[in-house]
Formats: sequence, structure tokens, C-alpha cells
Amino acid sequence: MTDDSAPLPAAGCRDAPVLKQRGQHEVFCGLTGIIWLHRKMQDAFFLVVGSRTCAHLLQSAAGVMIFAEPRFGTAILEETDLAGLADAQVELEREVARLLERRKDIRQLFLVGSCPSEVIKLDLARAAEKLSLQHAPHVRVLNYSGSGIETTFTEGEDACLASMVPVLPDTDERQLLVVGALPDVVEDQMLDLLSKMGIDNVKVLPARRADSTLAVGPNTSFILTQPFLGGTLAALGKRGARHIPAPFPFGEEGTTAWLRAVAMEFGVDITLFDTVTHAPRARAKKAISQASEKLDGKSVFFFPDSQLEIPLARFLTRECGMTAIEVGAPYIHKGVVGPDLDLLEEGPTLSEGQDVEMQLDRCRAAQPDLTVCGLGLANPLEAEGLATKWAIELVFTPVHFYEQAGDLAGLFSRPLNRRAKLRLEAAE
Amino acid sequence: MKLSVWTYEGPPHVGALRVATAMKGLHYVLHAPQGDTYADLLFTMIERRNHRPPVTYTTFQARDLGADTANLFKTAAQAAYDRFQPQAMIVGASCTAELIQDDPGGMAEQMGLPCPVIALDLPSYQRKENFGADETLFQLVRNLARPMDRTGHVTANLIGPTALGFRHRDDITEVTALLEDMGISVNVCAPFNATPEDLTRLGASHFNVLMYPETGEAACRWMERELDQPFTKTVPIGVGATRDFIAEVAQITGQEPYLDDSRLRLPWYSASVDSTYLTGKRVFLFGDGTHVAAAARVARDEMGFEVVGLGCYNREMARPIRALAKDYGVEALITDDYLDVEQRIEELAPEMILGTQMERHIGKRLGIPCAVISAPVHVQDFPARYSPQMGIEGANVIFDTWVHPLVMGLEEHLLHMFRDDFEFHDDAGASHHGHKAKPAPQPEKAEEPQPANDNSSITWLDDAEKELKKIPFFVRGKARRNTETFAAERGMTQISLDTLYEAKAHYAR
Repeated sequence: MTDDSAPLPAAGCRDAPVLKQRGQHEVFCGLTGIIWLHRKMQDAFFLVVGSRTCAHLLQSAAGVMIFAEPRFGTAILEETDLAGLADAQVELEREVARLLERRKDIRQLFLVGSCPSEVIKLDLARAAEKLSLQHAPHVRVLNYSGSGIETTFTEGEDACLASMVPVLPDTDERQLLVVGALPDVVEDQMLDLLSKMGIDNVKVLPARRADSTLAVGPNTSFILTQPFLGGTLAALGKRGARHIPAPFPFGEEGTTAWLRAVAMEFGVDITLFDTVTHAPRARAKKAISQASEKLDGKSVFFFPDSQLEIPLARFLTRECGMTAIEVGAPYIHKGVVGPDLDLLEEGPTLSEGQDVEMQLDRCRAAQPDLTVCGLGLANPLEAEGLATKWAIELVFTPVHFYEQAGDLAGLFSRPLNRRAKLRLEAAE
Repeated sequence: MKLSVWTYEGPPHVGALRVATAMKGLHYVLHAPQGDTYADLLFTMIERRNHRPPVTYTTFQARDLGADTANLFKTAAQAAYDRFQPQAMIVGASCTAELIQDDPGGMAEQMGLPCPVIALDLPSYQRKENFGADETLFQLVRNLARPMDRTGHVTANLIGPTALGFRHRDDITEVTALLEDMGISVNVCAPFNATPEDLTRLGASHFNVLMYPETGEAACRWMERELDQPFTKTVPIGVGATRDFIAEVAQITGQEPYLDDSRLRLPWYSASVDSTYLTGKRVFLFGDGTHVAAAARVARDEMGFEVVGLGCYNREMARPIRALAKDYGVEALITDDYLDVEQRIEELAPEMILGTQMERHIGKRLGIPCAVISAPVHVQDFPARYSPQMGIEGANVIFDTWVHPLVMGLEEHLLHMFRDDFEFHDDAGASHHGHKAKPAPQPEKAEEPQPANDNSSITWLDDAEKELKKIPFFVRGKARRNTETFAAERGMTQISLDTLYEAKAHYAR
């Protein structure tokens, strides 16, 4: 296989020390995963069992989507539920029955645990089992936790997908399972590339609909498209499926390495691999070089948010010429991001978890050219004179694989371009 | 349990956050799990504040549950004090921390921090955002304000404006100007931009202006009792209310009433012939109690609309809103379930909705024009330009905002005269709404959904149904409703072409 990428770093970050801090975490809880999962899974409904805070979070995060007939809602706990005056299981069954009565299109129902429901130890797993029996075969009821005390932002997707794995049917078929919710357009591009390499028996978790032919077994090899899927990885391992470790498919290099890992696993001919990837690689490189002019030589600082930070830092440093000062992630799973850490040149501070005040101190001291952070920090940092890229967009925009490589670089260069364009001061 | 998608109000600790963020020199330590920091972005994004809200979240996680969360709270409170050196702190629990019963107030008291620390008890499973704001301001005032000598000249406190308040920023400017014109200066405005130290000076003013009852009433009542300060009961939104407010202030202070109305344009705009077509427009009002009550008066007495329904989502205002509805001869809708609101709007088929962000969406879905009069609102209702609701300029802003979504008078006539015109079909929408016009639907398309009503026993004959469809879409709901009511009152079970026109004559205005 030809490889004209940047040379591998002399020493990667796999064994670099990780700064671990406790304190205020300025992050979303896992409930936010529902915002994109419900768009992806078209016959699923997400019922959060929680408080007014949970409903308020979903509403604030989902913005206008709430009025597009959303397939999510919150069963808000009331005084009587807490005081033990009402049997929570009975209450829940009543709410679910009413909901399913109204929404005949629902085939999968997720009971999503929240901080309040976890703290009062509502047994949602048992409730899901009972409800599944009541509403079988039309609706399958599953349960996972998206609570803040257990999950951070994208880990909600991990918990959701992991909850589906034990109930997948068995299969002995040789197949590739691609894991992670991607925008349809990206998913189709990926399937097309794999098909051109002769890999046709490909399944995607999550599937768009519940009645898909998704199954798993010992002849299943799976690869992740998102770095936050550690729990799902473990669950698939328990079903005997084999994990294909790879860097994540961001940018030209990441996509090629990801595809190459699959190609190796399925014994794809090297010439065929080169033929299939040659044109899209060239396209991606060209698009990146146009978008990343502004990024070359600039420094970047990542606040923890989604676990996409390490693969994206790898992309920005190796393909866009940036320097990473600190790469913060809510959680670092070396079995998942190890290949990306190998490619990330030694140097940046790796941090896991957060004490937001101390991290802000480090950020201010470093004065990075670009800071990747959440919406709670973005405007305040801009007001301090630091250019920011708000991190949520990286989850809500198609960014994977070759055709989006230019857009991905563009997401980071846009704030810098804007700063250069605005002339808000009086002329000298 | 109650299934909910939209909530008009957040949990009560968000109300406390609104007070803390509005103030300076105050810090809030909130015992809360990871993830509750989402509330920060309401302030940094919707209100576009250029600083982080002054709040420290303890961010406890599953592994901390048990004894450790208490220590976590103490560490967070100490770190927050050391870093921010606030003049005062408020401490409290969010909904999850309320369940683990760590007692932030007690713990903070034990710590002996060198500034006043005020404990908040906000019952998350009973109350909501507005209560949280009202209670927080009340506790701050109760703990910090003291009786003191009145200022030499007449002064007032402005009570109630908070962060994330609908037009609070500009209302303060407007009310300050109204008072200044009468020779009254503002002593303290709270909580907006006040420090805890400012709150200790509240007692120096002669009276309080209660700008927003939802967020300031408890504090005003306490000050009336303990500091002997009367407070104003009129909220100066609209021309009449502003004049009443001036009269009320004059009566409280003994100053000459004075209102500089040289820039007031609503009365003339509303009287000009251009506005005649606004007469009797059927409007439905929904929002917080204060804004709905004010808007109802403006709608009826200053715009010449007909109020066909009104309601509010905050139960704290249920009583005054019910009384008001009686005055207007309509039934009050007190609910925090937007599906109830949507259903009522569908039943009433108003020509315009005055409401919140949610009603804007409902209006969009039903094809009814809508203007926003109350929180909750999105980023576009924290505008860069000066746009108060209160006082003289507020009245001007209200006139423009409410008229804008309506189809203009001349356009209305043209739509009526040329109702079969290919450009003026039902789906084209109003010309200034900026939608891409859709082509006219083919005739004999599927039946349009019949609005739900109590007259389902009445059938429309084909001729009448066809004629009804010729009526412009924005008045058709009213025509259908009126005709059915007319028929029902006369015990008719069928509506013919004649019935339609008899009803039209009956309801002519």
C-alpha cells in the first residue's frame, strides 16, 4: 500500500502521562445523546425518567427540534413518586401505555435513566423487562442510563448502543459490523467504499429501523466509527465478536488508516484498496489544504466534551499543521483511542476529567490560537480575546470519512477566518 | 409521573441562577451532578452574556454517592470563596442533590466562611423557575437589607429584573427615565446589576417599584412589612398602564404626576385609518401572568382587538388571571402543558396569538400569525436594539411588534377580492413572511382537517363547504366557527349556503 502521509511520530502519546483532575466538570450529561439518536433510529422513542431539570436540558439542547414531532419525552417525577405514595412501576407502566397508545409507529422504546431515577434506585431494567412482555411483539422496551452521575455527553450513545447488544439475534455469518450513529449521507459513503473493496456483508449499529437484519456472533468483526463507544465494545466482545482497532476516520489519513484496518481484516487485495481509495484520498487532501491554510502553525487547546478530542487533535496536528497545547477528554479509553494516541506526536498535555477553573487558568496562560470548548465557555472566552470553536458542532455535523475531511478542517478555520474578516474598531 | 416534552419553566435552581447571574459580587454554590452545568449556556448563548454565570457546581458522580458528596460540597464552596472572593454567597441543591439530603446550608454555616452565606431551600419536585427566582431574591433581601434613614430626595428601588428576563434590560432603562422625569431617582435596582452590598442599602429608598411580580413580589412584601416601603401594583406595560403607574407613583410619593409623552406614537398609530382593519381582530393571549394581563389591556383598549382567550403557565398568577378573564368574558386557561394550549388555540381559531416561544411554534403549525409577549423566549428575543416593553418606548415597540405579523389591510382586501387568483391561494402565505411560495394545490385535493369543536353533529352541505373554502384562509376558521355556532343556536343540523350568509350577516361588524 502506498503511503504518502506525514511520517509517523518518533514517539506517540500512548504512554504519555495523563493529568487527572477532579472538580467542576463543565460538560453535558448522557441524556443529550437522545438529540441525535432519535433522528437516527426512526421507530424508537426515548422516554427519560427524571426531573424537570432533565426535560429542561433536552428542550434547551434540542431547540427547535422539539416541535418537529420529536420521539423523546420526560416522565417527570413528582412529590408523590418520591414519597413512595405512588408505586413508581405502576406509574411508569401507565405513562408508557398512554404513550404507546398514541404513537403506534413506535417499535423500540428506551427507558432512559437520569440522576434522580438512579439516586432513588428506580429499577428501570426490571420495568423494561416487564413492559417488553406487555407490549411484545410490537414494541421492544430497553433501558440504559444517561445520567450525569454516570455518563458524559456522547457516552449516552454508548450506553444506548450497549443496551441493544445483548438482545441482538445470533449469527455465524462472516460479517462486518460498523458501530456508531453517523449521518445517513456519511453512512452511505462508507458503505459504498467498503462495497467497492468487495466487502458487502456490512451491518450498521444502530440500524435506522428496529426490523433490520442486525445480528452478531463469533464470525462478526466490528469496527468503531466513534471513540466514545467503550461500553459497546465490551458488550460486543461478550457476544464473541472481534474488535478491529484503528484510528478514527477523520481526515484523509484517519479514513485511510480506518479503511486499511478493515481491508486487512477481510483480506482485501492491496491494489484494489489503492484503486478504490486513490481518487477520494486526493480529493480529501485537496479540500483539507484549502480549508486549513488558516490553521497552519496555529495552536489549539481542547476542553473535554465528547472523547472526539484525541482523534481530532491527531487530525489537526498531522493534516492541518496545528500544534496541540492541551488535549482534554472526559474519559480516555486506551483500547479505543490507542491507535490515535500512537499517531499524536508527544508534547501536548493529555488530561482526563476536569477542574474547569484550573483548566481555564492553564488555557489563559497558554493563550492558544484556537480553543475547542462547550457553549458555556465559548462566549466568555471570546470576550477575553480567545478564538473558540464550540465543540457540540463536531457531534452535530457530518465530519467522518473522505468527503467531509474538508468540511471538518473548515469547522476549525471558520472562527479564525471570521476574526480576520471583522473590522469592528475605528480606522486608525 | 407526568409525561412532558416542552416545559414553560425550568427547575427552581435555574431561577436562583437567574438571580445570581443578574447580580455582581455574589457567588452561587450549587450541589448538583455532572451535566447540570447545561444551564450555563442559557446565559452565555440565549442572553449572549460575555462571562460565565457566577456559579460553582459540585459535579458529584456515581462513585461519590455516600459520604463523599458532603466533602465535595465543602471543597467546592471553599474553592469558590478563595477564587472569587464574593461579597456574599448563596448555596443550595439541585433536584438530584435534594434527594441525597446533604444540607448545603448547614454545611456552609459550619465552614464559617468570611462572608454572608445564604441557604436556599428550593423544592425541585413541587415548584419551578419563577418561584426559584422570587424565593432567592426574597432570601437575599431578607438577609441583607436593614432599616435605615431615607434618602434626602425621593428615591425608588426597582425590584424584579433578572438575567434571562424578557426585555428586562431595556425595561429598566425605560422605567428609570419615567421616574427621573418625575424627579425620582433609582436607589437600587435588584437583582439586575446589583451587588450584595447594594442590597444592604435597599432600605434607604422611599418606595419600591415592583417591575415583575413573578420574580420580585416576595421581596417587595417583606420590605413593605419590615422596612415600611410601599410598592407599586401597576406594571407599566401599555399606554394606559403607564399613565396609571405614573398616577400611582404620584400618589405614593406626593410628587406631581408627569409623563413626557412627546415620543409616544402608539395612540396616533392606532387611531390612524391605516389601523382600522385591526378592529375586532380575534387574539389569544398566553404567557406569564404579568405580561398576559398587561397585553390583554393593550390588545382590547389600545389596539381594538377582541380578546377571545387568555391564560398563563405560572400557577402563582392563576388567581389574578382568572379574575381578569372574567372581566374579558372569556375562560382562563391555567396550564403548563403546551398540548392544552394548542388545543385551546385550535378550538378558538384566533386570527392572532400573543404568546411565548412555544405559541410561536403552535402558530407556525396552525398558520396563525404570532407575536412574542413573554418568556420563555429564544435568542432572537434578546435583541441588540433598544426594545423595552414598559413605558413610552415600550408602547411603540409593542405596536410595531404586534402589527408586523398580520396581513396588511390592503393586502387583506386584495386577498378577498381576488380569492381565486393563482398567487393568492391558501398555501401562498402572507407576502412578507418570506416563505417560498408553494404552487396552488390541485382542486379536489384531500379535505382540509376540520377544526375540533363541539358542533360535530352539524354537517356542511357541499355548496356551503365550497363557499367556505373561498373565504381567505386567515378568516376561514372564524367563519366556520361562527356559522356553526349560529346554526347550533337555532337547532339546525345542516349548514347550507343560506345558513352561511345568514350567519355572516348576523356577525357582521
